[in-house]
Amino acid sequence: MTSDTIFREYRISDAERSDRSAGDRLRHREKVRESIRENIADIIAEESIIGKNKDKIIKVPLRGIKEYRFIYGDNAPGVGQGDGNAQPGQVVGKTGKDAPGQGEGKAGDRPGVDYYETDVTLDELIEIMFEDLELPNLERRALREIETDRFAKRKGYRHVGIRVRLDKRRTARQRVKRVLATQHRRATQGLETQKDANGNERRFPFHQDDLRYKHLETDVREESNAAVVCIMDTSGSMDTMKKYLARSFFFLLYQFISTRYRNVEIVFVAHHTEANEVTEDEFFHKGEAGGTFISSGYQKALDIIAERYHPSLWNLYAFHCSDGDNFDSDNPAALRAAKELSEICNLFGYGEIKPLGSRYYESSMLNVFRRLEAPNFQAVLIERKEDIWPSFKAFLSKDRVKE
Amino acid sequence: MANYEIQDLVEWDNRVREKAAEFGLTWFPQEFEICDHVGMLGYMAYSGMPSHYPHWSYGKSYEKLKTLYDYGVSGLPYEMVIASNPAIAYLMRDNSLLLQILTIAHVYGHNDFFKNNFTFKSNRAELTIERFKAHALRVRRYMEDPSIGIEKVERILDGAHALNFQCRRNLAIRKVGREEQIERAVEAAQPRQDPFSRLHARPEYHAPETNKVPLEPDEDVLLFIRDHNPFLQEWEQDLLTIVDEETKYFMPLMETKIMNEGWASYWHKKIVESLDLEQGLHLEFIVRHNQVLRPNPGQINPYHLGFKIWEDIYRRYTEPTPEELKRDGAPVKSGTEKIFEAREVERDSSFLRRYLTEDLMRELDMFQYEARGDELVIDKVSDEEGWKTVKETLIKNVGTGSIPIIKVEDADFGHNRTLYLKHQHDGRDLQLEYAEKTISYIYRLWGRECVIETSLQGKRSLLCFNDRGFSVRALK
Repeated sequence: MTSDTIFREYRISDAERSDRSAGDRLRHREKVRESIRENIADIIAEESIIGKNKDKIIKVPLRGIKEYRFIYGDNAPGVGQGDGNAQPGQVVGKTGKDAPGQGEGKAGDRPGVDYYETDVTLDELIEIMFEDLELPNLERRALREIETDRFAKRKGYRHVGIRVRLDKRRTARQRVKRVLATQHRRATQGLETQKDANGNERRFPFHQDDLRYKHLETDVREESNAAVVCIMDTSGSMDTMKKYLARSFFFLLYQFISTRYRNVEIVFVAHHTEANEVTEDEFFHKGEAGGTFISSGYQKALDIIAERYHPSLWNLYAFHCSDGDNFDSDNPAALRAAKELSEICNLFGYGEIKPLGSRYYESSMLNVFRRLEAPNFQAVLIERKEDIWPSFKAFLSKDRVKE
Repeated sequence: MANYEIQDLVEWDNRVREKAAEFGLTWFPQEFEICDHVGMLGYMAYSGMPSHYPHWSYGKSYEKLKTLYDYGVSGLPYEMVIASNPAIAYLMRDNSLLLQILTIAHVYGHNDFFKNNFTFKSNRAELTIERFKAHALRVRRYMEDPSIGIEKVERILDGAHALNFQCRRNLAIRKVGREEQIERAVEAAQPRQDPFSRLHARPEYHAPETNKVPLEPDEDVLLFIRDHNPFLQEWEQDLLTIVDEETKYFMPLMETKIMNEGWASYWHKKIVESLDLEQGLHLEFIVRHNQVLRPNPGQINPYHLGFKIWEDIYRRYTEPTPEELKRDGAPVKSGTEKIFEAREVERDSSFLRRYLTEDLMRELDMFQYEARGDELVIDKVSDEEGWKTVKETLIKNVGTGSIPIIKVEDADFGHNRTLYLKHQHDGRDLQLEYAEKTISYIYRLWGRECVIETSLQGKRSLLCFNDRGFSVRALK
C-alpha cells in the first residue's frame, strides 16, 4: 500500500478567501456588456420597447462571447439509449437546443454548440447604450427647467408660528427647564418654598417664552418637462424596412430624452397627404396608401404643440422620418413649417431613410432642407442600420437651450 | 447536513484502501479536500486545478454552472478528481457519510485508472499541478506587462482556445520530427532491391520532395502556427504552448471518459459491497448507486455504459453462456485478468469496438438518430442489420471523435504564405457558422490567408479567410 492518504478539512476562512473566479467573472461581464452594445441596433429593432416600462426584461442574444471551435453540423448522426422499445421513425428530440448529447462532460472537455442569451432590463440596456455616448455639448448646457413648489420640508424651530405647528414636546421641555431653574434659584437664595398657603404645590403655568413652533420651508424643486414629437411618413412608399429604421431612431431619441427630463411625453404623428395623431402601434404597423405632403405632418405637429405643449413650459424635440418622396408642390410649405418648428423646438431633425441603392433615382428632401438655416436643425441620411447611431449623435449635437 | 467527522472519513478511507488493494487496484498517493458548494463550483470552472491562468471563459463557465445549480437544473458532482500524482479529489462537505464512502471508493477507481491506463502515460502526472501553476504565473505576468496587457493576451488566448482540440489524438504515438520525415521520404524514394536488376531496366529515380512545409500533414495546428509564423512574439508563442500543454492534459480524459467512469463505478460497487455496511447505509448505497448509473433515455450516460461493459467483460470471461462458449471458445484468461488488461491498453474507441457486443447493445436498446427537418428521428436500432451501424456511429462520437480532424497540408500555398488546411471528411459536414468564426481565429494567429478544404453537402469546397473576410469557394 502506498503512503497515507491526506484529508484536508474544510475551513471557512479558506472558502471565504477563495473567490478565485471573481476576476474572470468581471471580465466576462464586461464582454457581455460589450456584446450588448454591439448588437443594440438589432435589439431595438426587434422589440416593441418604445415607451415601455423600464423594468421590462429583454432577452438579448450574445453573439460576441460564444466560444467557437470546429464542430460538426446537423448531418452528423448521434447515438442514444432507449427505454427498451426504440423503433425506427420515433422522434427523440429537436435539432439545435436540446439535441441529445453525449451526457454531461467535465467542464470544458467537450466542444458543443453553446447557445447563449442573457436577460437585461430595459433600464440597464439604456444605461449601456448611453454610457459611451460622448455628448459634450449637451452635458455642458443647462437644460431648461421649470421651477415648481413641491412639498414643504421641516427646518428647525421658531418662537413664533401658527397654532397647528406647535411642537408640544419641545414646549413642555422648555417649561421643565424653567421649573428647574426656578427651584435652583429659590434653594440657593433661601426664598420661600413653592407651596402656597394651603400647602398645595404652586401652579407653574406655561409662559409665552416656552412655546416652540415647527418651522417649515417650501422646497423649490426644478421640474422639467419634455415632449418628443415623432413624425413619420406612412405613405405607400414607406415599406417595412424603412419603418424599422425609423423606429430604431425614435426609440433612441425617446430613451435619451427620458434620461434627461423628469417628465417626458411622446406624441406620434403619422402623415401621408393628411396627418393624424396615432398610437405607437398604429404608428409603426399601419401602412397607408397614397402620396405625401410633408407639410401636413409638420402642421399637425405645430397644432398639437400649440394646444398641449406650450414652448415656455415644455422642452420640445421633434423628429421626422420620411423617404423624401414629397410632392414638389408641397416643398415650399414644408420648408416654411419646418422653419416654424425649429423655432419652437429645442431640436428639430429630419431623417431621410433610403435603403442603400435607392437614393439615386428618388427625389430627396435633403436638398430642400439645405435652405433651412436654423442652428438647431439637423438633416441626416439613414441608409442602413449602422447609420442610425452616428446620425443620432449628429442630431443631438445640435441641441440648444432656449432662453 | 453532514453526519460524520473527519476522523470517520479517515477510518473509512483505510477500510476502502484495504479492500481496493485486495482487489488488485494500485494508485497514486491520494489527497482529499473537503469543500462547500461554492468551492466546488469554482473548482469545476477551472477543471479542478488548484491554480489556473485567468481567462474570461472560466468566468462564463462559473456563471453558467452557478445558474444551473441555483435553479436546480443540475446538481453538483459528488466528487471531482484530477489526474495527477498525488491525485487530488474534492469532496462535498454537505454530503452524507454514505456518499462520502461511495465517493472515496469511486475516486480510488479513477486513481487506479489514471495510474495504469496507457493514455495517461505521456502526461507526467507528478508535474501536472506544478505545470498548471507555472502556466498561471506566466499568463499573469504577460497580462501585467505594460507592453502587452490583458487585451492582447486575450486576443491570443481566444484564438488558441478555439483551436486547442485540433491536435494529436493519441499521445502515445510518438510525433515524428522533420528530420526523420525527410529520412523516411528519402528512404522511400530509393529503388527497391531487385534480384533481377541485370535483366530489368533501371527504374527511374524520383527525387523525394523535402522542401515542403509540413512534409506530412500536421494535426497539431496550434504548435504548427507557433513554429512557422515568424511574426509571432515570444510571449505569443509561449501562450500557444501553454494552451497546447493544457489540452494534452485533457486529451486522455476525453479519450477514456466511458472506460474511466465505468471503471470507477464498477469498483466503487465492488468495494462498498465488500465493506459489510450496516443496513441503513447499505440501502442508501443502493439508491445512490442507481442514481449515478441510471441510463438517460435518448442519451448515453457514460457511467452506465462503461459500467455495463466492464460487468459484461467480467461475466463473459468468468461464466460465459453456452452460446458464447460455442461462438468464442473457452476463455483463456480469468475475468479479473481480462478487465485489468483492458483498463491498461484500451481507450474508449478501441474499448467499444472490442467489447461492446451485439447482445449488450440490444439490452441497452441503443439507437442511432439523425436530423430530419428540425426533428431528431431514430433511423437505426440495434437489431441484426442495424447494430453495426449504430456501433460505428457511437465510436465516431466518443472521446475526440466529435471533433473534426483538420490537418495542416501546406504553410506556403500558392507561394503566398497561405495556410492550407484539410478537413478529413467522414460523412459529417462542418457547422458552417462555427467554421467561419474559428477560421477567423486561425487567420488571427497565422496573420495571412487561411483556407480549409472540406466537403459541404457532397461538394468539395474551400473555406477561405483573408483580409477581405470569409468566403466559400467550390472546388472541382
